[in-house]
Amino acid sequence: MAASLVAAPRDQFGGRWRGPFLRRLHVDWPLLAGLVLLCGIGLLVLFSAVDQDIGRLRDQLWRLAAGFALMLLAAQVPLQLARRWSPWLFAAGVLMLILVLLVGDTGKGAQRWLDLGVVRFQPSELLKLAMPMMLAWLFARRPLPPGLLRLGVAALLVVVPVVLIARQPDLGTAVLVASAGVVVIFFAGLSWRLILVLGGAALALAPSLWFTMREYQRQRVLTFLNPENDPLGAGYHIIQSQIAIGSGGLYGKGWLNGTQSHLEFLPERSTDFIFAVLAEEFGFIGILVVLTLYLLIIGRGLYIAAQARETYDRLLAGGVTMIFFVYLFVNTGMVSGLLPVVGVPLPLISYGGTSLVTIMTGFGLLMAIHTRRKRPRV
Amino acid sequence: MLEMRFTDPSRERRLVTDRVFVAGGVVVLAMALLIAQLWRLQVAEHAHFATLSEDNRVRLEPLPPTRGLIYDHNGILLADNYPTHSLEIVVEKVEDLDRTLAGLAEIITIDDADRRRFERLRRQRRRYEGVPIRTDLSDDEIARFAVDAHRFPGVAVAAELVRYYPLGQHTAHVLGYVGRINETELTRIDRSDYAGTHFIGKNGLERRYEALLHGEVGYRQVEVNARGRALRVLSRQPPQPGRDVHLFLDILLQQEAAAALGDRRGAVVALDPRSGGVLALVSRPSFDPNPFVQGIAQSDYDALIRSPDKPLFNRAVRGQYPPGSTVKPFVGLGALDMGVVTFNETKWCPGHYSLPGHSHRFRDWKRGGHGRVAMEKAIVESCDVYFYDLAHELGVDRLHAALAEFGFGAPTGIDLTEELGGLLPSQQWKRATRGEAWFPGETLIFGIGQGYFLATPLQLAAATAAMASQGRWIAPRLARAVEVVGGEGLAEIAAEERVIEAGRARDWARVVAAMTEVVEGPRGTARRIRNEAYRIAGKTGTSQVFSLGQTRRYRAEELEERLRDHALFVAFAPAEAPRIAVAVIVENGGSGGAVAAPVAAQVIDAYLGRLDGVAESGGQDGS
Repeated sequence: MAASLVAAPRDQFGGRWRGPFLRRLHVDWPLLAGLVLLCGIGLLVLFSAVDQDIGRLRDQLWRLAAGFALMLLAAQVPLQLARRWSPWLFAAGVLMLILVLLVGDTGKGAQRWLDLGVVRFQPSELLKLAMPMMLAWLFARRPLPPGLLRLGVAALLVVVPVVLIARQPDLGTAVLVASAGVVVIFFAGLSWRLILVLGGAALALAPSLWFTMREYQRQRVLTFLNPENDPLGAGYHIIQSQIAIGSGGLYGKGWLNGTQSHLEFLPERSTDFIFAVLAEEFGFIGILVVLTLYLLIIGRGLYIAAQARETYDRLLAGGVTMIFFVYLFVNTGMVSGLLPVVGVPLPLISYGGTSLVTIMTGFGLLMAIHTRRKRPRV
Repeated sequence: MLEMRFTDPSRERRLVTDRVFVAGGVVVLAMALLIAQLWRLQVAEHAHFATLSEDNRVRLEPLPPTRGLIYDHNGILLADNYPTHSLEIVVEKVEDLDRTLAGLAEIITIDDADRRRFERLRRQRRRYEGVPIRTDLSDDEIARFAVDAHRFPGVAVAAELVRYYPLGQHTAHVLGYVGRINETELTRIDRSDYAGTHFIGKNGLERRYEALLHGEVGYRQVEVNARGRALRVLSRQPPQPGRDVHLFLDILLQQEAAAALGDRRGAVVALDPRSGGVLALVSRPSFDPNPFVQGIAQSDYDALIRSPDKPLFNRAVRGQYPPGSTVKPFVGLGALDMGVVTFNETKWCPGHYSLPGHSHRFRDWKRGGHGRVAMEKAIVESCDVYFYDLAHELGVDRLHAALAEFGFGAPTGIDLTEELGGLLPSQQWKRATRGEAWFPGETLIFGIGQGYFLATPLQLAAATAAMASQGRWIAPRLARAVEVVGGEGLAEIAAEERVIEAGRARDWARVVAAMTEVVEGPRGTARRIRNEAYRIAGKTGTSQVFSLGQTRRYRAEELEERLRDHALFVAFAPAEAPRIAVAVIVENGGSGGAVAAPVAAQVIDAYLGRLDGVAESGGQDGS
């Protein structure tokens, strides 16, 4: 095992070093094409959502450019290196989460930021990648399926950071990090019987979750269940968002013509609720196009996971892809009223850079996995 | 161990691949659920959400019409609109009213009167309507508020046109005033018509012609953002401005009449007997209507209400006084018409009168009596005994009928809303209200305008005008014409008139001649107002406020001021071709001839003097 770890990079860098540059570059072209197309459409929607503010559009363009650069950079990282770093990255992430709770900066009523002097940094973001990496590392150490002991360790590794993040409080990220862990455990071969048992237990315990929630979180759940209860308060977001989506109809009101968004009825329209802008201006058809693109990207990610060479690669690829999916579903579900309001942006389209860093790095890892899927020629 | 290494990867691969397929299935299922939800919102319930979106986006804003102006006969503006800025609070939008008020007081002067008015208007206002906390903001104050406006949600500077009465108290009893719409008025008006309108005519002409003066509301559809700010106008239906109203009223004459009354309580009504138009309608004392527009301070209002002189009381149309001897010409004409007496037939006046078989003496104002009296002398010298006898011979029913012909006992129908109808007693009336039979003695004092008989100055003026025109009774009216909708020019308001059937032309001429002698004759009770320029026909009256015992003598100086007789005078001039008819009452003034007649003379003189000047330059006389 140790031999193969050392042998692989030598092979990668030694064997193909003389080929053309693009062939030497680790890039998955179908994935890149899907991402570029989606980001292009995203910029179009964002341009409308920020009221044609060229300055903010340019900001986002730079972030996307940086994101793509980061992705390509990550794609070149030797996976063995990533694998070896996984536990350390995870440990560092958890340590920083603890630090955040002790000395973190407060923003919008929650302690999420760690000021490193040069940059302000959200350790919880790091966990979105460190979590699948850690679990993939854990499960890849021994043959699958894992025994109960390993599952117990894995569960502990999920629960500790999730609780720390939920304490900040940052429900959205906690959900994403938790789902990242759960997905990897699922991919690792959690037996169906156990899934049934755990699922049943989770359902039974769901009510007790209520008592651990903060007041504003309870409010969100209540509002989700009945937004008309408080149409000007907490329910306002959901109601206005549904009006925006519904009034878009089949073909939409046209680009830049959304009244709900431009007349400021739609809150957070360039960030968490940008999906409603898309739905209002481009209609059901536009949404189908965008969702198809998302599905293609997710499908490609799952394909990469299925094709991957090693267990670590497969689990990581599956985890990263499913985090992307959870991002998408939690956001669109929230905006369209299927799920309670949880602060999760629409990946690749919402204004902002924090989630972009994680997502693009994740896609970089996917590319790294895919371009190294072939068995080393010995 | 080695074997495990080689077998495991394929088994592991299969395991993970299976799970990846399951995950793919979950993804597809979740997406299907999402798409189903979006289908529901965007396709199935699209119409519902499209409506909600449109409701969000579009607001219908009323455009209040500009209130019509009111002009006097010579085009002098009596009711104007002037632009003003007030600071309004929409109470529903304010979280902490006390804090807001305290905060506002720091940047803008708000005194106790403002605060009290705010409290009062707040109780009467419509929901979501702004209530002014300060009116007439200066530019400086508007600027100061603008800087801090963001601190005061629900508070805004409102620009609007506010009614202003440049002649103040001189027009108060004619025009009335407008004020902020209150809850009671809300039930009376069509709310959509008054969307955006804050003022409504409270009384006077402003109330009577509310429908014309108000105009019709317009609307504009505006696109608004989530904070309610109007961004652009989508469509617009302009309001129909209120129509201007032009009056017969001659404001200069009005002021002259007020000056003639001076500080005394009383009323003057001057009519043009040819048209029925009201040339002057004065009730003294009066009040300044302007503070009422924005809401008068409670203390000022209390002062007006408590004043013993009752300045808010419109004596000209609501004051009901015994008309006294001023009714004698009308009674005389009725008696001639009914053949009870001939013009030259004489009666003996010993200074008192008793009904056959009764000992009660009805006294004449002249203790010694007038001696032999025919109708002319009875009117000129105002002989009571002559008219006691006339009334006795006519009887209450015919007396009632004769006076009703001249409009007594019923509102004249002037274009004001608050007019009272006086009281013309009859046998039926007494039975109905008092449950008693009519006594013959009551007929006698009825015949000299005393007893139950009450008339308003306006009724007296209208009856006098009918006498002046020798039988044409015209309902008095203030408004002459109304601006034509949407066009230039005026639409005249038609007069409501009827011919008094009583009498032959000769009788009218004789009674008018007798009335002329009241002023022009050497023994006339109003001879002191005679002048050389034209002849005045008139009749004095002195009506009792306080009944004296049978044997007591009336001494003005002995009675309290408020118990003294009312002085009355009715007149028209020029006697041959009357252009003005006047009724004057001076409350507790004493003798009609001495006190009321000079007031009438001053009014007539002001009018005819000025009119003659105009007539020479080919003006409005028309003849």
